Amino acid sequence: MSHLGLREFHSFEAAGRRFLYLVPSAAVFALDDCSSAILDSLSSGPRPAAEVASELAERFDAVEVSDTIAELQRVRAIADTAIPAQPLPKIFPLKPVPLQTLVVNVTNQCNLACTYCYEYGEDKIVDTENGKQPKFMSEETARESVEFALRESRDNPRAHITFFGGETLMNFPVLKATIAYARRRAAEAGKEIDFSLTTNATLLRPDVIEFLAEERVGVTISIDGPEEMQDKFRVFNNGAGSYAMAAPKIKALLARHRSRPIGARVTLTRQTLDVRKIYRHLTEELGFWEVGFAPVTTAPGRDYAIADRGFDHLLSQFRDLAGDFLEAALHNRHHGFSNIRETLQELHHGHAKAYPCGAGIGLMGVSTDGEVALCHRFAGSADHNFGNVRDGVSFDKQQEFLQSHHIAGKTDCSTCWARPICAGGCYHEAHTRYGSTNRPNLHYCEWIRGWTHTCLEIYGEIAQRNPDFLRQFDDEEVPEKVS
Amino acid sequence: MKHLTPINHKATRIEVVTSSEAARPEGAAKDVVALQGPPQQPEPPHIPNGCSLVFAPGWEADRNGGTAGLCQPVERDLFDCHMGCFWPAQVPDQLNHAPDWTAKCAAAQKDWRKIDLIFPDEKKK
Repeated sequence: MSHLGLREFHSFEAAGRRFLYLVPSAAVFALDDCSSAILDSLSSGPRPAAEVASELAERFDAVEVSDTIAELQRVRAIADTAIPAQPLPKIFPLKPVPLQTLVVNVTNQCNLACTYCYEYGEDKIVDTENGKQPKFMSEETARESVEFALRESRDNPRAHITFFGGETLMNFPVLKATIAYARRRAAEAGKEIDFSLTTNATLLRPDVIEFLAEERVGVTISIDGPEEMQDKFRVFNNGAGSYAMAAPKIKALLARHRSRPIGARVTLTRQTLDVRKIYRHLTEELGFWEVGFAPVTTAPGRDYAIADRGFDHLLSQFRDLAGDFLEAALHNRHHGFSNIRETLQELHHGHAKAYPCGAGIGLMGVSTDGEVALCHRFAGSADHNFGNVRDGVSFDKQQEFLQSHHIAGKTDCSTCWARPICAGGCYHEAHTRYGSTNRPNLHYCEWIRGWTHTCLEIYGEIAQRNPDFLRQFDDEEVPEKVS
Repeated sequence: MKHLTPINHKATRIEVVTSSEAARPEGAAKDVVALQGPPQQPEPPHIPNGCSLVFAPGWEADRNGGTAGLCQPVERDLFDCHMGCFWPAQVPDQLNHAPDWTAKCAAAQKDWRKIDLIFPDEKKK
């Protein structure tokens, strides 16, 4: 006799209802009492359908149970145990994928000396002090990068360039000239182009602010929070904190630059884990529109590395802030906690990722000498190189990368319900932790599952109580966040 | 669907894609599906790995009419016919008379030349 068994899913509750997050499809369904009862009945192990129906006979009639079983089978929440689950097909692009974002490292120099920096700190990949790369990108290389970005955007009507560093604004003259050049070339090619940059804010002079506002350049500011937190790691070479210099300039930028939302990007360390306090300071006192948080990327054992208990603490802090977000969402108010916005966007579409991010597919990074790498965090690294902006990138190398980094190859992830959304996590983080980009980031699995569960609950609450709020996530086009 | 409510986009798409199969009256024959191409239907009928319908390229001949681009190597034919499904192909009886028939052939695609020829054992007669 055929038995029914549970397939892979994660169930969660929100607004008094039970929901399923199906794996690997990443579909979200709300259950009614009957479907929920059937899943409970099967939770102890596979059973024949007739047995399920007779167990539930007091509560639901047989036709209702069999209809519901058919629906659960249809979405693959349950299945006949005799039919093996089909592995996901491993699909690779047969021709180059259009590039959406090119991250151009215009300099690898910085006027700060943040202890945890992945470009300068203890875990750096490329020797930017004594390496072969020039310290500043030349105008010529920057122009070639523009040509590369336009060329590689292929059929896409839009190209996006993110300027990065080092401290991006240390090469402001080249940045300025490049934007003018790119606008002209994009117009000739009949494409739209837009720009963003990341900066530590210390070099935001009035003329720079004016330029960024005029040119509608998206700005992300790296800042860790109020003065005592910012000054722990974000310091000048002499050890002096950077808050006093950055804060007034950020205020000036926010006052003038209204053409694009300006976000703060916070690096969380063991010593600076007060997420709510940081959020409140950056939004209420400095006036940022949105704030994104990322745990510091580090080898284990560093003084500032977040250990297991730190991740638990971080999760409870994120949950608190997510609660504030939910309150705001239910009343159609803006809340700038960008981590949850990004995850809600992905949950809303039901993206089931084969790769954790767009690096090496729709996003690549250029080093100061024009070499193209997996992403900006690997810019200049010979081991993660795809080509250069002059001669283009090698499709073979890209294919090879995609083959070896597909989620199907990450055995550790194969039983995790959060894999459609995590797909193993940041390549750079994995490289720093385990020495290899294709390893999953096992040190934060619990955190990812905990956070995804929270986001699912928030998503369910909003879907039940204020579904119109989710319309803002309908749009597919979201540029990759660079941090 | 009455008992499950699709919430996100993917769920809606699953509902749409599976609707034709769900509308099939109980007991009615399943539709024939080709090897490739959306929309994929759940629980397709059993099709032996590598076989194809006459109108679908990929088995007997590739899309150019040759054998270079087959979805399965032609040499697999031998094995698929003799083990996977019934096909009136003349292959030795591996159960009784020629158990070692394929012993030297680890991968048909590479090693098919090593497959032994089998002759009736005159002495045993």
